[in-house]
Amino acid sequence: MSEPRGDAADAAADATSPATVADDAVPDEGAPVDEWSIFRIVRTMIPLLAALSVLQLVSGTVLESFERTLLQYPALLVLLPVQIGTAGNLASIMCSRLTTQLYLGTYAPRLSNPDVRANVVAVFALAGTVFGLVGVAAWAIGVALGGTLGLSRVLLVALASGLLLAVLVVVASVVAVEVSYRVGLNPDDTTIPVVTNACDVAGVLILFGVVGVVV
Amino acid sequence: MDGHESARDVYRQALPVVLVSLVAGLFAGTILGSETMRSGIESVPGILLLLPAFLATRGGVYGSLGARLSTGLHQGVIEPTFALDRRLTNAIVASFINGMTISVFIAVITYLTLFLLGGRGSLFALVGIMIVAGFLSAVLMLSVLITVIFVGYRRGLNPDNVIGPVVTTLGDVFGVFFLLVGIYVVGVIT
Repeated sequence: MSEPRGDAADAAADATSPATVADDAVPDEGAPVDEWSIFRIVRTMIPLLAALSVLQLVSGTVLESFERTLLQYPALLVLLPVQIGTAGNLASIMCSRLTTQLYLGTYAPRLSNPDVRANVVAVFALAGTVFGLVGVAAWAIGVALGGTLGLSRVLLVALASGLLLAVLVVVASVVAVEVSYRVGLNPDDTTIPVVTNACDVAGVLILFGVVGVVV
Repeated sequence: MDGHESARDVYRQALPVVLVSLVAGLFAGTILGSETMRSGIESVPGILLLLPAFLATRGGVYGSLGARLSTGLHQGVIEPTFALDRRLTNAIVASFINGMTISVFIAVITYLTLFLLGGRGSLFALVGIMIVAGFLSAVLMLSVLITVIFVGYRRGLNPDNVIGPVVTTLGDVFGVFFLLVGIYVVGVIT
């Protein structure tokens, strides 16, 4: 993942970005690399996917340790996929906007920059809207599933963890864009997978940090 | 896209997509919170442990297949028809292998983690559940994704813009559902 010139990283970038075949078809003893061979696709993807799964086990461990609470209050289980998914969505919006602005030369990591401020305000507004709705919906579904958690608590969990996530999304996106730009990696290829996965894991950690305090 | 949109513009454009994935997420959450799923979680140790990894791989495996196919279409090296083309079949077979291998891998590392955490799990049950859930996900995701990409492309839709939401939405909803099916099937066998 961090080795930009590595064989695997090159091919991985091909799998996710519209790189042209010509880039990689450097004649190797006259034979071009077959980007569509089963073996090559599998060999490239498996290590990446395996590493990702191990990373995700961190959130799994947190979930497992909260099993009792989760089974007692189904509203929290309802909250889980949405919370993680929305964080990922907000992160990918933030990242792709920042990288576009980087290319257009309108990017500067300061709040005085109107474009960056617009991104940040939009992410917080989206987070406020979505996590408010999520809180109410999760509460209602939780009650229907036989839970006993009150509306104010579910709403508080959803909003508090959601807004903390929004802070994380903003900070992580800016840092990821900065770092990959300075290291010389194309932020379009690197930031979204890194930040969305980080937000997946952090989403669970934050959610259960808040649950630990509130419930 | 010009980089000078106001916060209001960004909000208005992003909200519909975010809301669609919210509905999908709530649906997945409802399955997760259901009585049947909760008793499944209770009876098979490790389900919560493997849940995030299992859901995340859907994006990794099928999202990258979508990106690959859409690049191939744009380059003109694959045709948007359901014919047996070597590149197309290779990409599909490779995704299937990836999906199944990672599912079994997740079951094994979940078992090991349970063991390290001092718990007890059944390797047979975890592998069985992941094979069933991984296989059903593969069949569904592959057929829907290819149909959406090809039909969309022929109607002038850029597949790059639809793959993300399609994979996330389907992956969330059916990932959790197929996990439930897996728990049920393994429960019947054992």
